[in-house]
Amino acid sequence: MAVQEFISPTSLSEAQQAVSDGAVSSWLAGGTDLLVGIRLGARDPARVVDLKQIPELTAIEIDDASVRIGAAASAFDVLHNSDVPSLFPGLAEALDLIGSTQIQGRCSAGGNLCNASPAADSIPALIANGAQCRILGPDGERMLAVEDFVVGPNQNALAPGELLVELILPRPTAGTSDSYLRLTPRTEMDIAVAGAGVSITVDESGNCAAARVAIGAVAPTALLVDAAAEALVGSQLDQAAIDAAVEAVRAAAAPISDKRGTAEYRTHVVGVLVTRALAKAQDRITEARS
Amino acid sequence: MNKPLNKMAVQATINGESTAFLCSPGQVLAEVLRDELELIGTKIGCNTGDCGACSVLVDDRLVCSCLVLAAEVEGKSVQTVEGVANGGELHPVQQKLLEHGGLQCGICTPGVVIAAKALLEHNPDPTEEQARYWLAGNLCRCTGYDKIIRAVLDAAKTMRGEAA
Repeated sequence: MAVQEFISPTSLSEAQQAVSDGAVSSWLAGGTDLLVGIRLGARDPARVVDLKQIPELTAIEIDDASVRIGAAASAFDVLHNSDVPSLFPGLAEALDLIGSTQIQGRCSAGGNLCNASPAADSIPALIANGAQCRILGPDGERMLAVEDFVVGPNQNALAPGELLVELILPRPTAGTSDSYLRLTPRTEMDIAVAGAGVSITVDESGNCAAARVAIGAVAPTALLVDAAAEALVGSQLDQAAIDAAVEAVRAAAAPISDKRGTAEYRTHVVGVLVTRALAKAQDRITEARS
Repeated sequence: MNKPLNKMAVQATINGESTAFLCSPGQVLAEVLRDELELIGTKIGCNTGDCGACSVLVDDRLVCSCLVLAAEVEGKSVQTVEGVANGGELHPVQQKLLEHGGLQCGICTPGVVIAAKALLEHNPDPTEEQARYWLAGNLCRCTGYDKIIRAVLDAAKTMRGEAA
């Protein structure tokens, strides 16, 4: 490793200062991608700036309107938060699928997002929940939807000097739940062949009032499939509506063929996952009402 | 690989003892533990966070020390396998691994001991499935895992004060 400098700022302004001279720097959250990248020669920062001493970056805050997850908050902390797993069981499912206990002790949703793998598990779950990225840069703050944050395989929308501070998820309204499912050849410690995150709102009469459907590992980036949501909203989540949503995600999918599966297989499987994720979210809503 | 000259001074508590060491900014904790502090119980297997042989606790959090920069542990508490036994008395996890034959070549064992101890501190009464998932990041090419899992569940019984 040729890292020349390690800095551990304790505030956002110090973090901004730490990269203001334009040296090749990397933000360090959990390090589970960055340090592997440095070791394999894919990343070569001269300076590593640790984010975990900045309170905003590791905080998990919940109010009546939203849930804010610091970009460097570990998966372990999110999964053991007293409220987040019950508010967003699908997001918890996604984070719990990332790596081992050791990896979850360090890895973060923000890091998973910035790393921008097409197969990242937490990204479809964040998109399904309408998460927004709060970004701080030399020119001030901006907000960006998670579905717009990843711009290509391993490429995110951060400009030089910009920092992902936190993810802001609107608090689910009554009758809303989410779910994330993926397919892997192994039951643990594997990378998705395809993944599907959904969030739906179902009113008392069983009518689907709102829906967001996101798919992962079947395109260069995770995708929000508006056409699938449109097929569901206003329906009773009957077979015809679900078939139409499945058709929409299969039409949106543009996967590659690799050792994990052919493009045809992935396209088929992502539809199956969406069907099952919808059923799971619906069961959660029914259960919460009973 | 060029080793940068700018060393950092880090102060941490390692196995209960206040410890100071020097490290390069990009040096990982596993390397410092082994090469600088001579705590060679911690093993380096894959060096990419897949095998779990380098598992340690940092502020009671189970992590792979190959994926932690040494400079990150400033002011923190680190526990390695060397800090698990109480003098000559083995920790129940260690004792039960011996009794059940939960090791053969022993390379994965320090990581298994640390990870299993962390599991039982987090969940004193895990199901077999919970133990298997918790330890899924500790690869063992000898035992087939079954004896490790039996040893860990037995250690849990001992630690709960139940007869084996």
